[in-house]
Amino acid sequence: MNASNETMAPGAPGAPPAYDVEAARRDFPILDQRVHGQPLVYLDNAATTQKPESVIRAISDYYRRDNANIHRGVHELSNRATRAFENARGRVRRFLNAAEDAEIIFLRGATEAINLVASSFGQQLAPGDEILISTMEHHSNIVPWQMLSQRAGTVLKVAPINDRGELILEEFERLLSERTRLVAIVHQSNSLGTVNPVAEIVELAHRAGAKVLLDGAQAVSHHPVDVRALDADFYALSAHKMYGPTGIGVLYGKRELLESLPPYQGGGDMILSVTFEETKYNVLPYRLEAGTPDISGPIGLEAAIDYLEQHDLASIQRHEQDLLEYGTELLQELPGIRLIGTARHRSSVLSFVVDGAHPHDVGTILDLEGVAVRTGHHCTQPVMERFGVPATVRASLSLYNTRDDLDRLAAGLRKVIEVFG
Amino acid sequence: MSDLRDLYQEVILDHGKRPRNFRKDESANRQARGYNPLCGDQLQLYLQVDAGGIVREASFQGSGCAISTASTSMMTQILKGKTEAEARELFDKFHELITGERPSGRLDQLDPADLGKLSVFAGVKEFPNRVKCATLAWHTLKAALDAKDEPVSTE
Repeated sequence: MNASNETMAPGAPGAPPAYDVEAARRDFPILDQRVHGQPLVYLDNAATTQKPESVIRAISDYYRRDNANIHRGVHELSNRATRAFENARGRVRRFLNAAEDAEIIFLRGATEAINLVASSFGQQLAPGDEILISTMEHHSNIVPWQMLSQRAGTVLKVAPINDRGELILEEFERLLSERTRLVAIVHQSNSLGTVNPVAEIVELAHRAGAKVLLDGAQAVSHHPVDVRALDADFYALSAHKMYGPTGIGVLYGKRELLESLPPYQGGGDMILSVTFEETKYNVLPYRLEAGTPDISGPIGLEAAIDYLEQHDLASIQRHEQDLLEYGTELLQELPGIRLIGTARHRSSVLSFVVDGAHPHDVGTILDLEGVAVRTGHHCTQPVMERFGVPATVRASLSLYNTRDDLDRLAAGLRKVIEVFG
Repeated sequence: MSDLRDLYQEVILDHGKRPRNFRKDESANRQARGYNPLCGDQLQLYLQVDAGGIVREASFQGSGCAISTASTSMMTQILKGKTEAEARELFDKFHELITGERPSGRLDQLDPADLGKLSVFAGVKEFPNRVKCATLAWHTLKAALDAKDEPVSTE
């Protein structure tokens, strides 16, 4: 985390090895293709990242060699599958620095992780209890709380953001009350790139007696996350936004909290014994994982974590920060482009609008140039409303992007300006 | 490979920038709201249909991309003086032009000739994710015609 404060000459003893983006690019087979006759520039990483060969291989190897249902099997394949699945849990635990494997719950993604908390933690809330979120939340961290309000009479409070797209911490603090039971807040915004001061948020929330759920879907591939150092009560992530497969995600929760939660879904694996008179629930983490899970998912996620750590997150961070600054400068040089989201602490997202050109049209023209970006509200309609735009164009960065990618983006935008200017 | 200018023809860019019949019509007797939740495009369509079933006035307000704005603008131009039946016929023809598929239930060969200027939208067919932008106005028209005098929403 402190790497950015250190000054070390490249190649000096103890200096981190220079980050080799060209080598990293070769690990992602999908990048080697042409789209509309142009070499692909993939800048839609906040939606989903591409997968390195090692992740693709881990998943296909599992299906080629080890596939069987996990837990309770007596045969060799089942043992292997169970071992691989549980090893992956351990790998996630170490990645997040959680205290124990039982605190890692495998789910479909960050969305399901938040829904689990809304559903199970929500059952313990009383009418009038408050949930505090922020304006910059993804719909997946808004709608479950609205549904809970309808179900349980809880009250949803929203902490505002300023013109840069930063959380207004004083307002946030003012909205914390003795009725606040949970603060649910995004670690890094998907549409603005804002990185929230999560350690401070957790501290303020805890002082007010509230628990904290951090939505880490965007953050985990860009920043080292230590859930114990942060003292987060819950942390949600999706594998597919960190070079892993779709359909698998994680809810981290402190053991004593997870223990107190009523089960989320009923089914196989989450029970110890079932009779028609009484069902005894299993221990953590299985109590919150009903049914046969996506077994290859955690195996792919483990390979993705291995991949990330093999590069060292600090060098990835430096590389992406350099690209962000370079891309910001390029966009500012172009006429009629307005950046949406200029937080002082921002990472990996260039969100913008072009004068006289609707984001949808910008996206189509860039696509014809082989440049993949996302256009729309990015599942953050309240953010769009806050900035008075119907949609933005979003170029989002990852470890395999280059300055050349951003030059191609800028060249595509010059074409947009030529057509619509 | 599709070219940029196949989609963004000058006529489309012109109507996208300076939409015609862009106004609220207080005297409209048919109205409908069109909304594409995917991209946030929205429009309110106003029609004046006389007792003989002829569209006398057509106008709209709203916001959207160049394709959707131009499509609505040009639709309001072509509608004036058409009967309801002719307007529905145009819907079918426009639909076939954009999607390459004949509307369900129609077996006869549709003649695209009377689409006139609207044929500039033919390029949209090569851009499947833009089809909804071009057809939003027309679906809204259908909703406006189907409803009697009451404003309806397509949502």
